[in-house]
Amino acid sequence: MLIKQISIFIENKSGRLAEITKLFGEKGVNILALSIADTTDFGILRLIVSDADKAEKAVKESGLTAKVTEVIGVSISHTPGGLAKALSVLHQNGISIEYMYAFATRSEQDAMVILRVKDNFAAIKHLTDAGISILRKEDLAELF
Amino acid sequence: MWNKEIETMQRKDMQALQTARLFETVKRVYDNVPFYRKRLDDAGVCPDNIKTLDDLQRIPFTVKDDLRDNYPFGLFAAPMKDIVRIHASSGTTGKPTTVGYTRGDLEMWSECVARIAAMAGANENDIAQIAFGYGLFTGAFGLHYGLEKIGAAIIPMSSGNTEKQAMIMQDYGSTVLVSTPSYALYMSEVLQEQGIKKSDIKLRIGLFGAEGSTEEMRCQLENRWGIIATENYGMSELIGPGVSGECTHKSGMHINEDFFIPEIIDSKTGEVLPWGEKGELVITTISKQGIPLLRYRTKDITYLIPDQCKCGRTLLRMAKIQGRSDDMLIIRGVNVFPSQVESVLLDIPHISPHYQLEVGRNGFVDTLKVMVELEDSSLLDSFSKLEQLEKTIKHKLHTVLGLDAKIHLAEPKTIERSMGKAKRVIDLR
Repeated sequence: MLIKQISIFIENKSGRLAEITKLFGEKGVNILALSIADTTDFGILRLIVSDADKAEKAVKESGLTAKVTEVIGVSISHTPGGLAKALSVLHQNGISIEYMYAFATRSEQDAMVILRVKDNFAAIKHLTDAGISILRKEDLAELF
Repeated sequence: MWNKEIETMQRKDMQALQTARLFETVKRVYDNVPFYRKRLDDAGVCPDNIKTLDDLQRIPFTVKDDLRDNYPFGLFAAPMKDIVRIHASSGTTGKPTTVGYTRGDLEMWSECVARIAAMAGANENDIAQIAFGYGLFTGAFGLHYGLEKIGAAIIPMSSGNTEKQAMIMQDYGSTVLVSTPSYALYMSEVLQEQGIKKSDIKLRIGLFGAEGSTEEMRCQLENRWGIIATENYGMSELIGPGVSGECTHKSGMHINEDFFIPEIIDSKTGEVLPWGEKGELVITTISKQGIPLLRYRTKDITYLIPDQCKCGRTLLRMAKIQGRSDDMLIIRGVNVFPSQVESVLLDIPHISPHYQLEVGRNGFVDTLKVMVELEDSSLLDSFSKLEQLEKTIKHKLHTVLGLDAKIHLAEPKTIERSMGKAKRVIDLR
């Protein structure tokens, strides 16, 4: 039920993102979604890619600090209030979100949200109970 | 002149006084400090061998590590019942270099500073604003008691809170400012920002010390403030400020030779160099009781000026400090050894042992940036953990250095590696 995300530590220097994405291009790693959290000095680049392990190997070989973690992908209806519904389920169950980012897909009905919470399994249980569909690895493969 | 007899003493009289006091000091440490007894025995020197000033050269050097190895009170030559004050400066490992003063030492210290304040032109009519930090460091207390001795009115401001400093300076009509040269420059900027003009203040003398400065810096200070900017020298191991200071001719700092014997050595060979040649300053304290030091290597590079000064004083002068023979940095008046930073960083998980210090200057204030490489990927999960890591490093550095540093997390292998001696410090000042 969980999907793999790669987090990469980068300094805030011009050209860093271009270099990393170029590297992925060369290795045949496709990027589905990304987010950046940053301060003035450094940032963490988080990506959902076609092959997280391959991506991790590539960035580590190039000397970067990177880590693969498991996150929850939620498919929500692409209508007003769709995201709010999923988030209030988590809130009502006392699960707080460390970070999240969203991306649209080719599908017109659904949008995708990547969530990072402390307890993945509790979150998945409550979301599923509320009838919200969780993205599986197989679903993800179809999105590329 | 505060003490005309001493300050204009003929060389042969000074040498006789020094010789007698040197003998007393050697005897004192030989009898009271096991470390020195062993050190002197090993060198085959006993107090009775000290008959002339040349015999000084038979005595081994004392270094900062000796103080550290005998931390905290091992080199004290007086029992604690006679010690009335303890001060300390930052050491190389986080343990401060600790010194103790007897009542007599405090009197001697005040005398030293009184002479220096008087030679810079201060007197009992002055109002002296002391903008050194009061605390373990010797700066503030040294100037405080010395200026009080000459009868000046002391404003014990301590450092920081620059807006208040400016207000007090204007309202109280301070005539003497005691601070580091860089803080004085910064303060002048703040005054300017507040629209305070030279004519609004009564400042006339600057007694600057605790960090080296250049002639350019002096020019800036004198122009900005409209004052006579003098420099003084000292270090806590020796007494604090008051070892030497400039008179109004500003051509070298007069050494209080009746209390301190200066030597200049080649820092590599330890060979004593003639007056006038540049080398490392070595000082023997010859009247201190609490913690007398024999041939203490200051690591400061300077030279001695033997000619008589225009002011009439016969006391030897030492030139402005030209540099350091070790890697110590002086940042905002605080001694910083890269090794201190290293010992802090190496204890912190998640980062690589490679680091670099970038010392800069923002306006007139020194800045310290510490660059470390983030090596461990386990923190990438949470941004707050990375920020916490930055805070932890900052906090631990502050604990050891007493300074705020800016922490820069860098990508692995981005800090320059060196085949030889690592370039740990970039000084942009």
